[in-house]
Amino acid sequence: MLIDPTLRRVGVAVAAALMMTAAPGALLAETPADTLVIADAIDDIVSLDPQEAFEFSGLDVINNVYDGLVELDPSEPTGPQPGLAESWDVSEDGMTFTFKMKPGITFSSGNPVTAEDAAFSLQRAVKLDKSPAFILNQFGWTKDNVDQMVTFDGDTVTLKTDKPYAPTFLYNCLTAGVAVVVDKKTVLEHEANGDLGNEWLKTNSAGTGAYILKSYKPNEGYILQAREGHWRGDAPMKAVFMRHVPEAATQRLLLEKGDIDVARELTPVDIEGIKGNADLKVQSDVGGQIFYLSFNQKNEAYKNEKFLDAMRWAIDYQGLADTVLKGNMVVHQAFLPKGYLGALDDTPFSLDVEKAKALLAESGVTAPKVVIDVRNAADRMEMAQSIQNTFGQVGITVELNIGEGAEQLKRYRARQHDATLQSWGPDYPDPQTNAGSFAWNDNNADDAGTGTLAWRNAYDPGPLNDITAAAVMERDGEKRAAMYQDLQQKHRTTSPFIALFQIGYNSAMRGNVNHFYTGGAIDSAAYWLVTK
Amino acid sequence: MAASSAPLPTNPWLGRLRGLGGTLISLAATVLGLLFITFIIARVVPIDPVLAIVGDRATDAQIEATRVALGLDKPMWHQFLIYLGNVLQGDLGTSIRSGEPVLQAVGRVFPATLELSTLGVIIGVLAGVPAGVLAATKPGSIADHIVRLVGLMGYSMPVFWLGLIGLLLFYGVLGWVGGPGRLDAIYQMQFEFDVTPVTGMILIDTALAGRWDMFANALSHIILPASLLGYLSMAYISRMTRSFMMNELGQEYITTARVKGMPEWRVIWVHAMRNVMVPLITVIALSYAYLLEGSVLTETIFAWPGLGSYITDALMTNDMPAVLGGTIVVGVAFVTLNLVSDLLYKLVDPRAR
Repeated sequence: MLIDPTLRRVGVAVAAALMMTAAPGALLAETPADTLVIADAIDDIVSLDPQEAFEFSGLDVINNVYDGLVELDPSEPTGPQPGLAESWDVSEDGMTFTFKMKPGITFSSGNPVTAEDAAFSLQRAVKLDKSPAFILNQFGWTKDNVDQMVTFDGDTVTLKTDKPYAPTFLYNCLTAGVAVVVDKKTVLEHEANGDLGNEWLKTNSAGTGAYILKSYKPNEGYILQAREGHWRGDAPMKAVFMRHVPEAATQRLLLEKGDIDVARELTPVDIEGIKGNADLKVQSDVGGQIFYLSFNQKNEAYKNEKFLDAMRWAIDYQGLADTVLKGNMVVHQAFLPKGYLGALDDTPFSLDVEKAKALLAESGVTAPKVVIDVRNAADRMEMAQSIQNTFGQVGITVELNIGEGAEQLKRYRARQHDATLQSWGPDYPDPQTNAGSFAWNDNNADDAGTGTLAWRNAYDPGPLNDITAAAVMERDGEKRAAMYQDLQQKHRTTSPFIALFQIGYNSAMRGNVNHFYTGGAIDSAAYWLVTK
Repeated sequence: MAASSAPLPTNPWLGRLRGLGGTLISLAATVLGLLFITFIIARVVPIDPVLAIVGDRATDAQIEATRVALGLDKPMWHQFLIYLGNVLQGDLGTSIRSGEPVLQAVGRVFPATLELSTLGVIIGVLAGVPAGVLAATKPGSIADHIVRLVGLMGYSMPVFWLGLIGLLLFYGVLGWVGGPGRLDAIYQMQFEFDVTPVTGMILIDTALAGRWDMFANALSHIILPASLLGYLSMAYISRMTRSFMMNELGQEYITTARVKGMPEWRVIWVHAMRNVMVPLITVIALSYAYLLEGSVLTETIFAWPGLGSYITDALMTNDMPAVLGGTIVVGVAFVTLNLVSDLLYKLVDPRAR
C-alpha cells in the first residue's frame, strides 16, 4: 500500500510525541520515608529573620528552627512551658523577671547557648524595630533603654519592665516568634552595615530548633534539615520539604497521588471530595482570625443598645456555618479566639426574627438603613448577603458597598464607613492583643489616630477601658482569665461589634502521617513531632 | 548652482546600519511606551501602595514616613522620571513583599518560564506545521477537518480547564507523567544540594551535571505543561500554515514544478515551504512571545515557579514594583523576539534584504 509521504511524516511525528509523553511514566517516585513533604501557599513570607517575620508561613519556619526562653506545647498550646530557660521568677514589685538558662544546649553552629545570646536576641528585636517589635515595646523597652532593661549575668537573663504587668502577659509574649533566641556569634559574623545580621538571617538560620533552614526560594519552597543529637530528641522526619503550590485543586491531586504528605490549602469542596478516600485523612483546627460586623458610632443610631441588640438576633450564624461557610468558619461570639486565655466558647445569639423585631420596635429607630462595607472575597460576600436577607426580614434595609480590601481598609481607618464586615487576627499569644484593640480607646477624637478597632468605630468603651487596663496588670493568672471573660461578656452586649465567626483550617494528609500540629489559633506549625 | 541628476553614491553597509539603527530606535520607543503605560496603570489603580506595604497595624506616622520613603509624595511625572532613571541603571525596584530586588527575583524565575515556553513552541511547531501542510494539501478531506477541529478546540477551550483535565488524566489516572512542580520531591531536594544551577533551566542544568535520572524526572514533569502550551500554539500555527500553504500552492511556479515532474513532497516541502517560511517566522515568533507572557494560568495550575506565577502572586498582594518589573521583562522579551523575527525574515526572504 502506498502512503502519502506527507502523511507518513506526520504519523512519525505524532508517534514520537506520544512516546515522549508516555515514556517517563515509570519514573514516578513516592515521598521518601524520612521526609515530610508539604504543599501550602507560602507567598506571604517576607523574611525568615525571626525578629522580623510576622506572617503565618514565615512563623511556621521560625517555630521549627528556633526556640524561645519559654514555649507553647505543640500538642496543647495552653500556657508557657520551659524552652531554653529551665525556670523563671518574678520579683516582689512585679517589675523584674529572671530566667535561668538550661545547660548543655547548642546552636546549629555548635556554639553553646548562653544567657548572653538570649539577652542579645531580645535587644536585637527592639533595635531592628521590624513589624513584630511592638510586642516587646509594650514592656517599656525602647532602642535607647533596652540594653539596661534586658541584661544577663552568668546563666541568668534579667528582664525589667516599666510597669508591674501581669506575669502571664510577659510570658505569653515571650512565646511569640519575635522573642526566640538567635546565635549571637554567628549572626554578628554576618552583620553588614550595622544590620545586626538581618539581611543574612532573611534566608539563613542560626537557631537551636530541631531543624536547620537548608534552602529557601521565595514562591518556590523551602527545605529544613533535622539536627542530629537535638536537645529535645531527634526529629523522626530527617527533612521537611515545603512546596509552594497556590492552587487547591493541584494540592489535592498531589496528595491523592502520594507525591506530598500534607496539603494545607484545600477548599471545603476538596475536603468533601477526599472524604471517601481511605488513604487520606483530614485534621480540622481553628485559626486565630475573628470575623465581625461593626458599626461606626459617629452615626448616633449605633449608640442605641436596643438597635444593636436587634441586629445581634438578626443573623443566621449557625445556618451560615452549616452551609456556605461549612468547614471554613466556626460560630464564635466574642473577640478572643478559642485557645486564648479567657476565651468564651458559648454562643448566646442566634437568628430569632421575632425577638429582633421586638427589640427594633423598642429601640425607637424607624426605617433603619445600614450600609455595610464588604471586601470582594467569596466568604465575606456569602456572609454579607445572608445578613442582608435576615436583616431585611426584621425590617432593616441593608445596602452592600463591595470593594477591594485595601481600599475598604483605608475607609475604615479613616472612620468613613457606616458599617463594615471585617476580620482581625491576633498578633501574639496573649489576650491583650485583641482586648487592646476591640475594647480600648482612650481618645475618641478624630485626630487621635490610635488605630484600635474601637477607635475606628468611634466607640468609647468607657468602663471597659478600665477593665482592659486592669487585666493586663493582674498578677494572678486565674483572676486575669476571669477578667477577660467579664470584659467580653460586657463587650458583646454593649459595644457596636458583633463577633460572628472564628476561621477554621483543614489540613489533609496521607493516612500514615501522625502528630502533625498546626498550632491552632495561638501557635505555629510543629514538624519535629511528625511521624509517618 | 548647477543641479545634478546623477544619484549619490551609496554604501550598502550604510543602508543596513541605518536600517538597524531605525529598528533599535523603534524598539527603544516601544519599551519606553510600555514602561510609561504600566507605570501609569500601577499608579492609578485604586489601591494605596503604602497601606499594602505597612499593613493594617501601622500608625499614621509610619504610613506618612513610608509614603515619603517611596517618593509617593512627589508629582507623578517626577516619580516616573525617577523610576525611568532607575530602570535604565538596571534597577527594577524592590519587591514590597519580600524586600528582594525585583531584577534578582525575575532572574531566578524567568529561566523556568523560558524553558517551559521554548519546549512549548517547539512542540507547537513540530505538530502545527505538518498539520497545517497536511490540511492545505488535502483541503476538504477528513484530515483537513480534523486539523481544523483540533485547532478550534485549542483556540476556544480555557487553558486552566485543559490543564486541570490534562493533569487529572495523564498524572492522576494514567500516571504517565510527573505531577505539578519541576521535579519529584526527592529529586527537588537532591537538585538543591547536588546540582549547581548554571542556566536555571532544569533540563539543561541536570544534563550538564550528568544527572540523567534527574533529567528524565524533570522531562516527565515538563512534558505535560509544555504539551499544553504547545497545543495552544499549534492551534494558531497550523491554521496559519494551512492558509499560507494554500496560497502558495495556487501560484504558477508550483504548477510549473509539478508539470516538470518534480515529486510532490519536493514541491511542497522545498519549493512552496521556502515561501511559506517567510510569514510563518512572524507567526512562530508571535506564538513564542504569547507563551512567554501568557503562561500565567498554566504556571499556577502546574505549580511552576516561573514569571507567570511571580506576577500573579505579586498582583494578589498589591506588590506593584514586582508587577511592573515582571511586565517590563515580558515586554522586552516580546520586543526582542520581534527583532529576531525581523532579522530572520531578512535572512529568509532575499527581497527584504
